[in-house]
Amino acid sequence: MDEQKYVIRQISIFSENRPGRLAAIAHALGEEKINILAFSIAEANGFGVVRALVDHPEKAHDKLFSLGFNVAFTDVIAVKMKDQPGGLYEVAKILGDAGVNIEYSYAYSGKEGAVLILRVDQIEEAIKKIKNSGATLLERSVFH
Amino acid sequence: MKSWDPRIEEMPKEALQKMQYKLLKSLVYRLYSFSPFYHDRMKEQNVHPDDIQELSDVKKLPFMFKRDLRDNYPDKIFTSTQEELVRYHVSSGTTGKPTVVGYTQNDLNAWTMSLARALTSLGLGRGDVVQVSYGYGLFTGGLGMHYGAERIGATVLPTSVGNTERQIELMQDLGATAIACTPSYLLHIGEVAEKMGVNIKKDTKLRTGILGAEPWTDRMRTRIEDWLGIKAYDIYGTSELSGPMFTECVEQKGFHIWSDLALVEIIDPKTGESLESGERGELTITMLQKEALPMIRYRIGDITTMDEEVCACGRTHPRIQRIQGRVDDMLIIRGINVFPSQIEYALMAIPEVGQHFQIVVERRGALDNMLVRVELNKESFSDKINDLMQVQQKVEHRLRNSLNVNVNVELVEPGSLPRFEGKAKRVIDKRSL
Repeated sequence: MDEQKYVIRQISIFSENRPGRLAAIAHALGEEKINILAFSIAEANGFGVVRALVDHPEKAHDKLFSLGFNVAFTDVIAVKMKDQPGGLYEVAKILGDAGVNIEYSYAYSGKEGAVLILRVDQIEEAIKKIKNSGATLLERSVFH
Repeated sequence: MKSWDPRIEEMPKEALQKMQYKLLKSLVYRLYSFSPFYHDRMKEQNVHPDDIQELSDVKKLPFMFKRDLRDNYPDKIFTSTQEELVRYHVSSGTTGKPTVVGYTQNDLNAWTMSLARALTSLGLGRGDVVQVSYGYGLFTGGLGMHYGAERIGATVLPTSVGNTERQIELMQDLGATAIACTPSYLLHIGEVAEKMGVNIKKDTKLRTGILGAEPWTDRMRTRIEDWLGIKAYDIYGTSELSGPMFTECVEQKGFHIWSDLALVEIIDPKTGESLESGERGELTITMLQKEALPMIRYRIGDITTMDEEVCACGRTHPRIQRIQGRVDDMLIIRGINVFPSQIEYALMAIPEVGQHFQIVVERRGALDNMLVRVELNKESFSDKINDLMQVQQKVEHRLRNSLNVNVNVELVEPGSLPRFEGKAKRVIDKRSL
């Protein structure tokens, strides 16, 4: 299916909210020569979830799993934004008009320009609607 | 073999009680005459051996406490001379000064016989390989199980505690069919085996676990049995009684307490009054045949119930139920009694969290605050914060319902809580009282 090439594998890691946990994760990835392309932390009462796009998700998963971390893959998509005022509005409006519900999202600005990473409830439906609206989706091959 | 000693184990209740009365009477006479400690205690209580006219007259006798052993450290209340002793064991002293137990050859024989009956009752015998992963040494667990298992003709693999990888290799190589250890150490062994790529269910001959030396629950039993593919039996005993002595039979409905060795009462820990059969209270034991360190109405501090019905296995000896906690393990949180075993019991019913937990009690202002730390299971990890918070709230809700006290729950990473090779220490009480 054509939509599949836009599905990106994010790794999600459960982490206690205490000093040194992020360092432990980052050190493990660094040791395996895994590059982190985009990254966010969501925190709650006493714990958090670290989410990252990396160049070798399987390798990252296996390494962290072997260290005892709770780690999982999550499918996300990446939408290109204009790196200028109003850029986020443009993308957010397209998603809202298309009826795509965002569960969470984070953004980065890199060599592909400004990019919005999205976790949505119905990923294939979302990909179709975003493409039809004329926005640019980044392919998985950009990341890994 | 069904029973080690069918004549005693299936003796009609009236005959057993008659035997107990005779043993009690001669024990009381002996101690009144020869033990200054018991003589003084009986005088204080205003009771004379002639007052013991029937079995229930045991209630007239004074209680004995752990502190009596500590106060008379090391051997002041022994009723045998050092020349008559063949062994010492020393308790770990985790709750205070250590206590010393001395054994005559008859004491060791009775202890070993008690375990021979018990191990036979749960289906072990000649042809079994019993891995003894209790500590050997001053602790009674290792040596006690060792001699008990040898007596029934099983092959003993005396691995003691620790070096878990090697334990698992030997379990495989020598075809251990049974393991004796603490339930928390068996969980640890299970986890280490998984990491080594060993499936205990498929890759070993293990089919029996004899687990004790710390309180555990029926739900943990189910979890261990399903996970490791074994039958898990509870074992009971303390060094003051000799060591581990009593186990469940194949029915898994409580430990048979051999009536010719021990007279059991369940009492109200506050008033000392005897409770009816089936009521929950403090286990109190009179050892009827011990020589070197006799025990009359010894208050062990374990909370349980007693069942005097004849067991489906045919044994007539009373059973006490799984230990539900210790009088001194009991936490008082905002005036409510909480046993760590209740927390374990509640957690076992929540698939999202693991078997391990830690309780942290603090005082915030005037209020006690209890935090329970649990490990999030790998299968239950969701990358959505909301899902995780729902797990956290579910655990808080379940604990609050079963304990009747507010509990905060913290989800922690799998494998991050301390594992225990001996007795688990799951409570951190930071309150200064």
